[in-house]
Amino acid sequence: MAMALRLYLLLIVFVSSAIVSFSLYEDQVGLMDWHQRYIGKVKHAVFHTQKTGRKRVIVSTEENVVASLDLRHGEIFWRHVLGTKDAIDGVDIALGKYVITLSSEGSMLRAWNLPDGQMVWETSLHSAQHSKSLLSVPVNLKFDKDYSILVFGGGYLHAVSPIDGELLWKKDFTAEGFEVQRVLQPLESSIVYVLGFLHSSEAIVYQIDSKSGEVVAEKSKAFPGRFSGEISAVSNDKVVVLDSTRSILVTISFVDGEISFQKTLISSLVEDSGEAEILSPLLSNMLAVKVNKRTIFVRVGDQGKLEMVDSLSDETAMSDSLPVADDQVAFASVHHEGSKIHLTVKLVDDLDTVLLRESIQMDQHRGRVDRVFINNYIKTDRSNGFRALIVMEDHSLLLLQQGAIVWSREEGLASVTDVTTAELPVEKDGVSVAKVEHTLVDWLKGHILKLKGSLLLASPEDVVAIQEMRMKSSGRSKLTRDHNGFRKLFIALTRAGKLFALHTGDGRIVWSTLLNSPACARPSGISLYQWQVPHHHAMDENPSVLVVGRCGSDSSSPGVLSFVDVYTGKEISSSDIGHSVVQVMPLPLFTDSTEQRLHLIADTDGHVHLYPKTPEALGIFQREFQNVYWYNVEGDDGIIRGHGMKSSCAGETADEYCFTTRELWTVVFPSESEKIISTLTRKPNEVVHTQAKVSTDQDVLYKYVSRNLLFVATVSPKGAGEIGSVTPEESALVVYLIDTVTGRILHRLSHQGCQGPVHAVFSENWVVYHYFNLRAHKYEVTVVEIYDQSRAENKNVWKLVLGKHNLTAPISSYSRPEMFTKSQSYFFPQSVKTIAVTSTAKGITSKQLLIGTIGDQILALDKRFVDPRRTLNPSQAEKEEGIIPLTDSLPIIPQSYITHSLKVEGLRGIVTAPAKLESTTHVFAYGVDLFYTRLAPSKTYDSLTDDFSYALLLITIVALVAAIYITWALSEKKELSEKWR
Amino acid sequence: MDKGKAVMGAGRRWAVDFSDQSTVPSSRDILDPPGFSRASPEQDDSATSRQKKDAEATWKLQKAWEVAQSPFKNLMMMGFMMWMAGNTVHLFSIGITFSALWQPLSALQSVGKIFEPFKDNKVELLMPKLVFLALNLGGLALGIWKLNTLGLLPTHASDWVSSLPPPQEVEHSGGGFAFH
Repeated sequence: MAMALRLYLLLIVFVSSAIVSFSLYEDQVGLMDWHQRYIGKVKHAVFHTQKTGRKRVIVSTEENVVASLDLRHGEIFWRHVLGTKDAIDGVDIALGKYVITLSSEGSMLRAWNLPDGQMVWETSLHSAQHSKSLLSVPVNLKFDKDYSILVFGGGYLHAVSPIDGELLWKKDFTAEGFEVQRVLQPLESSIVYVLGFLHSSEAIVYQIDSKSGEVVAEKSKAFPGRFSGEISAVSNDKVVVLDSTRSILVTISFVDGEISFQKTLISSLVEDSGEAEILSPLLSNMLAVKVNKRTIFVRVGDQGKLEMVDSLSDETAMSDSLPVADDQVAFASVHHEGSKIHLTVKLVDDLDTVLLRESIQMDQHRGRVDRVFINNYIKTDRSNGFRALIVMEDHSLLLLQQGAIVWSREEGLASVTDVTTAELPVEKDGVSVAKVEHTLVDWLKGHILKLKGSLLLASPEDVVAIQEMRMKSSGRSKLTRDHNGFRKLFIALTRAGKLFALHTGDGRIVWSTLLNSPACARPSGISLYQWQVPHHHAMDENPSVLVVGRCGSDSSSPGVLSFVDVYTGKEISSSDIGHSVVQVMPLPLFTDSTEQRLHLIADTDGHVHLYPKTPEALGIFQREFQNVYWYNVEGDDGIIRGHGMKSSCAGETADEYCFTTRELWTVVFPSESEKIISTLTRKPNEVVHTQAKVSTDQDVLYKYVSRNLLFVATVSPKGAGEIGSVTPEESALVVYLIDTVTGRILHRLSHQGCQGPVHAVFSENWVVYHYFNLRAHKYEVTVVEIYDQSRAENKNVWKLVLGKHNLTAPISSYSRPEMFTKSQSYFFPQSVKTIAVTSTAKGITSKQLLIGTIGDQILALDKRFVDPRRTLNPSQAEKEEGIIPLTDSLPIIPQSYITHSLKVEGLRGIVTAPAKLESTTHVFAYGVDLFYTRLAPSKTYDSLTDDFSYALLLITIVALVAAIYITWALSEKKELSEKWR
Repeated sequence: MDKGKAVMGAGRRWAVDFSDQSTVPSSRDILDPPGFSRASPEQDDSATSRQKKDAEATWKLQKAWEVAQSPFKNLMMMGFMMWMAGNTVHLFSIGITFSALWQPLSALQSVGKIFEPFKDNKVELLMPKLVFLALNLGGLALGIWKLNTLGLLPTHASDWVSSLPPPQEVEHSGGGFAFH
C-alpha cells in the first residue's frame, strides 16, 4: 500500500515537472539540432601505427584537448578536454599502451588507455615555481618496466612509474637562479643528465642515477657571456645554445660529465647574418636556425664543430626527425609555391637523399603550413612510405599521403571568437536550387509512413525509415531563405582570422575565407559586425559583414577593416584604416540609402572615425552629432569614462570623417574596495514588444527600457581571486546600473560576503546575474527588474483611449527619469560558464535563460523562475497568470537541457538569433565543439509542428466529405420512399 | 332571386321560392309580421362581435405582456448559468457570455416582428414593448457585466498601453572595454 502511494506521489511529481519543462523525444534528436566535435590547433602529435590494431595518431592541442584520431578517416576515437588552466605541455606513448600527458606547467601527469581513452592513473606532482616543463618518456621497445617517466616541472625532477603512476623519486632543483634546460636519458644508460644554467652564465650538469634519484656527479663550468635560453638538443651528449647577443652558437658537450664549450659565430656560417633564432624541430646531430628570414641547417660534428649544410626559404615548416630503417633519420619539410605545397622528406645525414617529394594542390584559404608531423610505414615493396600530418595557418589539420589529402579537419572552428548571423539569398522564380520536392507518390508514401508511426502501427524498419526521412526532410539544408526563417547562416570568426559560414540546417560550412590585408600578411580578427543588411531598400545588393582586425597584437597597432559578402564569402574590399582600433560602436539606427550601417571606431588617441566614409553617411551622422556618446571601461584603474562628440578633427588631420571627443563624466570606483570584474549592456538589436508590464490586478508597471544602460559588477580586490580564497567578511560584490549618456548611477546593489566570477545577462528591463555566496557556500542568481516611476501616472483610461499621453514620445537620458527596481535572489546548484537569453523577431514570446553549465551543457530556464514577483503563497489569480511559488533555489529539470545528451566541450559562448517565426529562436553555442538548435520557449504556437500528420488530416477530410455525400444520398432515398408510401 | 323572377315572368302558375328572404327586407313588399323586429338580430350580432373583439384585444394584450415578460425567465436562467460558469476565461464561460450578449441583441433587433401578431388598433403595445426592451437591455447589461468580470473589456489602463512599443531614445551611446 505504502509502495503504491509512493509510486503515485512520484508520478504526480513527474507529471507536474513535465508540464514546465522543455523536452525532446529520443527520435527528435538531430531533427533541429546539430553538434560538431573539434579538437583545436594541434601542438603535438604522436603516431601509433603498429601492424595490428587500428592506426591512430595521438594529438594534444592549444585548446587543451588530448585526442586519438583515426589515421584513415580523421575521426575522433576518443577525446578529453582538460580545463582551461590545464594546458598540455607534452604528450607521449609509454609501454605501447598508455598515452602520457603532462599538463598544468608540469604539475599534472596523466596516463590514458590508448585504445579507449580511459584514464589509467593520474599523479599530481609537487610544484614550487614556474619553470619549463619537460616530459621524457624513454623509448623502450622491449617494454622494460624498470624504466621510468622523467618529468621536470615546477623546479623538481620527478621519476614516475609508467605502470601505476607511482612517484619513484624526486629531486629538488629549485636553487636560486638555476634553470633546468634539458633532461637527457641516453638509451641503455642508467644515468640521467640534467643540464641547467645558473644565472644564465654557468652551465651545470647533474648526473643522476635513474633508479634511485641520487646525484652521482655534478659538473659546472662558467661561460664567458650569457645564454639566451634558446636551446636545441642535438644528441645524447651535446646541446647547442644561442648566446644572449643572438650571434654566437655555443655547443655544449658533456661527454662523461666533462663540460666543454665551443663557440661558433653565425656570421662564419652565413653571410650578412642578423639576429638568429633556434627553431624547435629536433633533428639528430643537426639543428635548424632561422637567420635573415632564411632557415639554415647546421650540422654538429663529433667534436662539436658546426657547419652549414643547407638553407631554405623562410616559409618552410619542418618536422622533428624520425628514425627510418637502418639507423637512418629522416625529416620532412613543407614549403609553398603558388597554390601548391611541396612536401619533401630527406635524410638528416645526407640532405641530398630525398626519400619523398610530393606536390599537393592546396586551398588558398588555408594559409601557410604551420607545423608538420611525419610518420613512416613500410610499403608492400618494402620501401618506406611517409604520411604527413600538417597544421595550417587557419588551424586546420590535414593528412597527406601519396600525394593527396586523405582527410582534413577544420579545427579553426574550435576557437571561435565572434559570431553573427546572416540571411541566405531569396529563392528566385524558375531557379530550382535543390531537388527536394519529390513526386506526389513519394510524398504520399512518406505521409502514410508518418501516419503509421503516429498510430503506433509502424514496424521497426518503418521507424528507421521515418527517422531517416525526418532527418533529410523538407530541404532543411537548402541554400535559400525559407518562409519561417529557419534557414540562416551563422558567420563565425576564429582566432586564426578565418571566417566560416555555417548553415543552420545541417551545420555544414557553406564558405570560408581567410582574412587578408594589404598592410600585413595575416591580421588577427577581433570582432564581427553586420555591415549591410538590405531589407527595405537596395534589395539587389548582397548583405555583407564587417570584420575588424588588427595588424599585430598590440592595441596601438593599426586596424584593418574587411568587408565580406555573405552570399558568396568573397572579400568585397579590405582596407588598412591607418589608425588603431580600441572600440567599435555600431549605430544600428542609422543606415544610409544602400542600407549600410554606420559604425564609429574609436582609436587610442580618443578620436572616433566614422565608417562608411561617404558624404551621405557624414550627413546622417552630423544630424545626430550631438546625440552620440561613447564610454570606455578602464578595468585596471576602475574608471568608466563617458565622452561626447566635440568637433571634426580637421585641425589635426585632413580627415573629415574623424571627430574629436570630450570627456563628459567619469565614474571612479575606489581601488581599495572595488575592482571591476564584469560589464554588460543589452544587445543592440534586441526587439522589445511592449513597454508595459501588467500585473494580476490589472495594474501597469512601465518598464525602463534603454539601450544606454550599463551593468557593472565589482568585487573587493581581495575577492577577485578564486572562489574560497577569502573569508565572507573580506569580500563584497556590488552591482551598478549606470546610464552611459549622463553617467548617472541608477541603481546600486551590494551583496556582502559574495564573490565573483559574475556571469550576467541583460535583456529588456532586467538583469540576471550569477555569483558565489561565500556565507551560504552556494552559487546564487539574482534578478533585477527596472521600472520607470515617472510614467506610472499614466493610468487614466480616457486619456489613453484618446491618445493623450506621452508614452511613445522620444525620451532623453537628461530628463532624469525616476526609476525603481524589484529584485529577488535564488540559490543555483551549479557553476556557470556563460548565460544568454532567447531572442525572437517581435519580442512577444516569453523568454528563456540559456545557462551554459560547468558540465558544458546548456540549460533552458524559463524567465518565470527568475521573476521578482514570485511569492511563497501566490494568490489564485497570480497562479493563473503563471507565477511560480517562491522556492529558495532554482530547479534544474533534466529534460530542459537543450543539449540533451551532448556536451559542448569547452563552452565559451551562446548566441541567439530570431527566426522569422515569432515563436522560434536560433541558438548557437560554441567552444571546442559547436552546437546548434532551434528553440520555441512558449512552444510553437504559431505553426504546426514538423510531425503534424497532414495525411491524417487529409484522410479525415476525405472521409467526412464522403460520409456527408453518402448520408445525403441515403436520406434522399428514404424521403422518396416515404413519399410513395 | 333574379332567376325566380324570370321564372315567374315566364308564366308559371306557382312557384315556391326556397330562398330565404328574411335578411333582405328592403326588396320585399310584404310587411313583417307584427312583433317581428327585423333590426334585433342585427343588433344582437353586432353586440356579439364587439364582445368577441374585446376578448381578442384583451387576449392579445395579455399575450403581448407575456411575450414582453418572457426575457425575464431567460434572464434568470442566464444569471444562473453565468454564476455556474465562473470568472475564468475558458470555452464554457465565453460561450455563455456571448450567448447572453447575442440573445438580447437579436431580440432587440426583431422587436417589431415579435409584437406583429398582437398589433391592433385597440391594443396598447407601447408598455409591453418598453418592458420587453428594458428586460432585454437588462440581459445585455448582464452579458456586458459578465464580459467585464471575465476581464475582456478594455476598461483598464493596462488594456491600452500593453501594445505600446517602448519609446525611442534621443541619445545613442556605445563602448565598453577596449579590445585587447
